Amino acid sequence: MSVLLQVEDLTVNFALRTGDLTALNGVSFALNEGERLGLVGESGAGKSVAGFAIINLISKPGYIAGGRVLFQGEEISALPQEAIRRIRGNRISMVFQDPMMTLNPVLTIGTQMVETLQAHRDIGPSEAAAIAADKLRKVHIPSPEKRLRQYPHEFSGGMRQRIIIAVALLNDPQLIIADEPTTALDVTIQAEIMDLFLELCEQSRMGLMLITHDLAVVSETTEKIAVMYAGKIVEEGRTGDVVRSPRHPYTQGLIAALPQGEHRGTRLNQIPGTMPTLTRIPPGCSFHPRCPHVMAVCARREPASLPVDYPGGGQGVVACHLFDPQRHDE
Amino acid sequence: MMDHWQRFKASDLFYDFKRDKVAIVSFAVFVLLFVCAFSAPLIAPYNPYDPANIDIMSSEIPPVWMAGGMDDYILGTDAQGRDLLSTMIYGMRISIVIGLCAVLLQAVIGIVIGLIAGYYGGKLDGFFMRLADVQLSFSYLMVAIFVSAVLQAAVGVGRFAEIAVPFLIIVIGLAQWPQYARTVRASVLAEKKKEYVEAARVTGFNSHRIMWRHILPNCMSPILVLSTIQVANAVMSEAALSFLGLGMPVTRPSLGSLINAGFEYIFSGSWWITAFPGLLLVILVLAVNLLGDFLRDVLNPKLYKG
Ligand SMILES: Nc1ncnc2c1ncn2[C@@H]1O[C@H](COP(=O)(O)OP(=O)(O)O)[C@@H](O)[C@H]1O
Ligand SMILES: [Mg+2]
Repeated sequence: MSVLLQVEDLTVNFALRTGDLTALNGVSFALNEGERLGLVGESGAGKSVAGFAIINLISKPGYIAGGRVLFQGEEISALPQEAIRRIRGNRISMVFQDPMMTLNPVLTIGTQMVETLQAHRDIGPSEAAAIAADKLRKVHIPSPEKRLRQYPHEFSGGMRQRIIIAVALLNDPQLIIADEPTTALDVTIQAEIMDLFLELCEQSRMGLMLITHDLAVVSETTEKIAVMYAGKIVEEGRTGDVVRSPRHPYTQGLIAALPQGEHRGTRLNQIPGTMPTLTRIPPGCSFHPRCPHVMAVCARREPASLPVDYPGGGQGVVACHLFDPQRHDE
Repeated sequence: MMDHWQRFKASDLFYDFKRDKVAIVSFAVFVLLFVCAFSAPLIAPYNPYDPANIDIMSSEIPPVWMAGGMDDYILGTDAQGRDLLSTMIYGMRISIVIGLCAVLLQAVIGIVIGLIAGYYGGKLDGFFMRLADVQLSFSYLMVAIFVSAVLQAAVGVGRFAEIAVPFLIIVIGLAQWPQYARTVRASVLAEKKKEYVEAARVTGFNSHRIMWRHILPNCMSPILVLSTIQVANAVMSEAALSFLGLGMPVTRPSLGSLINAGFEYIFSGSWWITAFPGLLLVILVLAVNLLGDFLRDVLNPKLYKG
């Protein structure tokens, strides 16, 4: 299986009046062709920043301070703006949280879809309209030819998110980055949209990077999980392994907080404390003030990313001093 | 086309319009005046530009209902013996043409600058907005008086009469672009933050396309409201300049120059030469302004007035 997306040591800073703030701190992960990865973490962990940084769309005062992004072997983080623009919406598409806001309110669905196609391909309007209708059919929107002539406000939230997914599919991307695609939707519609993503990815071997704060959504949809905390990836592994036997204390806390089976409805077992704001990241491991297994070394040194084995034989990476064989309790 | 009409009939704008008597009346008045002005050669009893119709012997004839009035001249004649009604209709055409063209010029300059300033921000924004401040701090009347005095001296009064229309359009157009620039910039700043713009960037559209195709159409309601106000303002500005003798010559009068021309005769009793063009100007400007008020109430945009 060949690697679709490889993110190496990606770092994003925001230049604020009070000094630089590091929103993404040396993030690395990889995604194979047709694979689905879930990027989870609390709100403010830097997930969205990671998504935008991949397609080099960090706007001021933010800037990419280091690292590189390889897409199908090509270092896209080094490309000039004009070249990366041709990748956006073409080979890599993005889907956002709020379907109310992502479509332009004054243009018809058809116009927006045709223009998205024409931004990347040299095709006529009727051919483009045919492709647009075909994609609407793919996301199960009935009578697509009629729908193309309608405006965004004429659709329900769930329908609109389907349309946005159809827009993302227009140029047959190899990767879709979906940033909280179901957060603004009703629970029943959430499940439909996630099923749709699964179906589409399997149909055309498309990679999916699913960004969400909802571990439950990720565990049902993706093959891999990367857990983010305060701008860093603290654990990465196969979804089944991580959900069944999480290694990092933060992941353990997240899993324990999941409402499931008989515990549904009872008070959640939440991690005490809150994630630090990025301007006040504690020294050492940024999770140590909330960690039930905190040791002396945690406040002093940042943990390195270490390979770990899961009970099923799967492998992963975890950034925690507990798994450092060279750790001599100083 | 039918589709658009259906859509418009179902829109909030049309619904509010139907319920607003003032809006309906002012719209009707404006359309009536507009149609009259542009079919002037068809409906005006005489052609005031044709020297054959001008007879100095029939000057200062009062309106038909007054003693000495003649059936041929319903509203009387002016000091040069032209039929006042015809001259007013032709004059209104000039006033409207200058007003619309000047606003078009303001809009083009202001929208381009406002879009660029709002979208790119930073130094470009600072530069254009300071330029707008400087522009607005000059009284356009002062500038117009200066420029037209220089022009009249340079090309001669006769030649100046020929270039008066483009001159007025440019002066009024250049004077008021900052209103558009500020309004558009403010809307762009608000629209730029919305997700559909981010989505358009993610889709790989270039800045040019995002500005013109995605942001601008979403700024149309403040632009529309501002435009009605500006048309009324421009018509008034033209009248003011012509009244001061810096605009249209008496041989091809606008409403403003008619008012001016008749002014000298008020005290000799020929009040109608000034009064009727004045009344027409007030009705025209009032209708446009009331329409603007209606649009402002319905569309409720954020406006930046100079
Ligand atoms: N435009 C910005 N200016 C300053 N800081 C920002 C900006 N965008 C994001 N950040 C910082 O990056 C952090 C991560 O943001 P984000 O990636 O949106 O979090 P999430 O994981 O919820 O998607 C935020 O907590 C904030 O501190
Ligand atoms: Mg986010």
